[in-house]
Amino acid sequence: MEKRVYFRARLFPYLLVAPQIIVTLVFFIWPAAQALKLSVMRENPFGGNTRFVGMQNFERLFNDPIYLDSFQTTILFSVATTFSGLIIALLLALAADRIIKGATGYRTFLIWPYAVAPAVAGALWVFLFDPTIGIITYAMALFGYDWNHKLNGNEAMTLVVIAATWKQISYNFLFFVAGLQAIPRSLLEAAAIDGAGPLRRFWTVTFPLLSPTTFFLLVVNVVYAFFDTFGIIDAVTKGGPAGATNILVYKVYSDGFVGLDLGGSAAQSVILMAIVIGLTVVQFRFIERKVSY
Amino acid sequence: MSTVTLRDVKKAYGDTPVIHGVSMEIQTGEFIVVVGPSGCGKSTLLRMVAGLEEISDGEIHIAEKLVNNLEPRDRDIAMVFQNYALYPHMSVFDNMAYGLKLRKLPKDEIRAKVEEAADLLQLRPYLERRPRQLSGGQRQRVAMGRAIVREPSVFLFDEPLSNLDAKLRVQMRVEIRKLQRRLGTTSLYVTHDQVEAMTMADRLIVMNAGVAEQIGSPIDLYEHPETVFVAGFIGSPAMNLLDAAAFPGLSLPTDRGPLTVGIRPEHLVVADGGPIGATVDLVEPLGADTIVHAQLPTGDALLIRLPGNAKVTQGTTLSLAPKDEAAVHLFDKDTGRRI
Repeated sequence: MEKRVYFRARLFPYLLVAPQIIVTLVFFIWPAAQALKLSVMRENPFGGNTRFVGMQNFERLFNDPIYLDSFQTTILFSVATTFSGLIIALLLALAADRIIKGATGYRTFLIWPYAVAPAVAGALWVFLFDPTIGIITYAMALFGYDWNHKLNGNEAMTLVVIAATWKQISYNFLFFVAGLQAIPRSLLEAAAIDGAGPLRRFWTVTFPLLSPTTFFLLVVNVVYAFFDTFGIIDAVTKGGPAGATNILVYKVYSDGFVGLDLGGSAAQSVILMAIVIGLTVVQFRFIERKVSY
Repeated sequence: MSTVTLRDVKKAYGDTPVIHGVSMEIQTGEFIVVVGPSGCGKSTLLRMVAGLEEISDGEIHIAEKLVNNLEPRDRDIAMVFQNYALYPHMSVFDNMAYGLKLRKLPKDEIRAKVEEAADLLQLRPYLERRPRQLSGGQRQRVAMGRAIVREPSVFLFDEPLSNLDAKLRVQMRVEIRKLQRRLGTTSLYVTHDQVEAMTMADRLIVMNAGVAEQIGSPIDLYEHPETVFVAGFIGSPAMNLLDAAAFPGLSLPTDRGPLTVGIRPEHLVVADGGPIGATVDLVEPLGADTIVHAQLPTGDALLIRLPGNAKVTQGTTLSLAPKDEAAVHLFDKDTGRRI
């Protein structure tokens, strides 16, 4: 017989979930509703009144070359961050899976970057790559390379990708390590006896069995690159130079809070909201069901 | 020729020795069972033969080739794992074909070999299924199939039946044995189940705490156990192993120091005026046999296996005698070795 705990008091269960519901309402639902409302309004530049403009904000966005550029920048940035983050984390996880001595220490060190706030992570890399005082810049200068991400858009993009990847590797690493540990050792032993070398074993056994983890991380990393990298961009490049690192989520901020185009900014955030909802649907509907073996 | 030779094979993890030197010669086509309680090193021994564990000392030869430093894939072996270790993302066909594909055999040859093995194992209807869509017994057969398609010199089995239910286990053990006879492939089979060991083996190795206690045919081990451990391990129900003092009625040698006396439950017979008197504690009628739990005057427990029709009542005292002279096994109490 299944034992069930139940409460006679009707109100008590609601009381227990209330904190969670309140937090969700205040920090998620309300702002989202506000954004939806603002996205169809236009603010008077001199304050005082707002008026309803329908889909005009959206129309203007999709005719704005700067916005479409920002879309492209975001895609480039997320693809680069996601793939480098996944590949490096997988390599580290494979290495961690092999070693026996000091494995705990190794893992602990690898997890640390995740605990660093995005802005702090950004500041760290800004110092390392600073065109005048950065130590890595100095090292590159010795090899004759003149690094200046404040002037060169490609270098700026490289730098934010490095910073964003560095921070996300820990997270990916943890999941990959757990995924690798869930693969029975005897499968790899069977493959070894069947005649597969280490590389073959990886591609024919380990990698396919890791695919659920990989797909999960793929979605999580894209979401991370799209949304959670705001702090890094703000600390490292502020979207510059000349919009080279102006990803969508940063543009929402700079248009809304710096440019004070609240309606346009809200419209952008509504588009971002649609993207994240789409990704979540992909995550739950498509991936979790399709990837089974 | 696919012989396997172990010469004083040892294994230690750091400073902890787990296998203290095992030597044996396995002939082509022989079915050797390694049996022992868990933690005795039997699986480690098998994994050393497979090349999954390094050999700390000694030599292993497979088909007259020293394999100590060879990778598993170069040893010409196939292994069946306890959890079957089937590739969950591949169909039954691909599971069986995996090793052949790696050997770069032509496609039609692979298909022919896999289908032949599938027919032999009655797996033909399941070739396109995934392992998780199969029952335990079928998975077991796929694991067997994966081993036999490669036509290795040696089969290694690591407790392959321990995840099956009792009935299926009996059935599979007959199937494995028949298949092995038919293929004539040298086999090394690890189990902790002494019934499995006795019924399947040409010869068996009884291992205890990293030592091969005795190597021999099942009957040999049953009739002439070399050590107290083998005596107690082989045979069901287990042999009665008691101090000589528990059997004052038996005439035992007195000049050999302290003795342990072993008498199998099935080697005791009811005899008027027999030298052993025991009070019946409990009777288990099993139909074919009757197992009697009795108590000796010294307080030691004694197991007796009588024919199914034996009329025994609880509380009565039985007069018993060993069936014949060979029924009494004597061991040195200190070393545990046979006298």
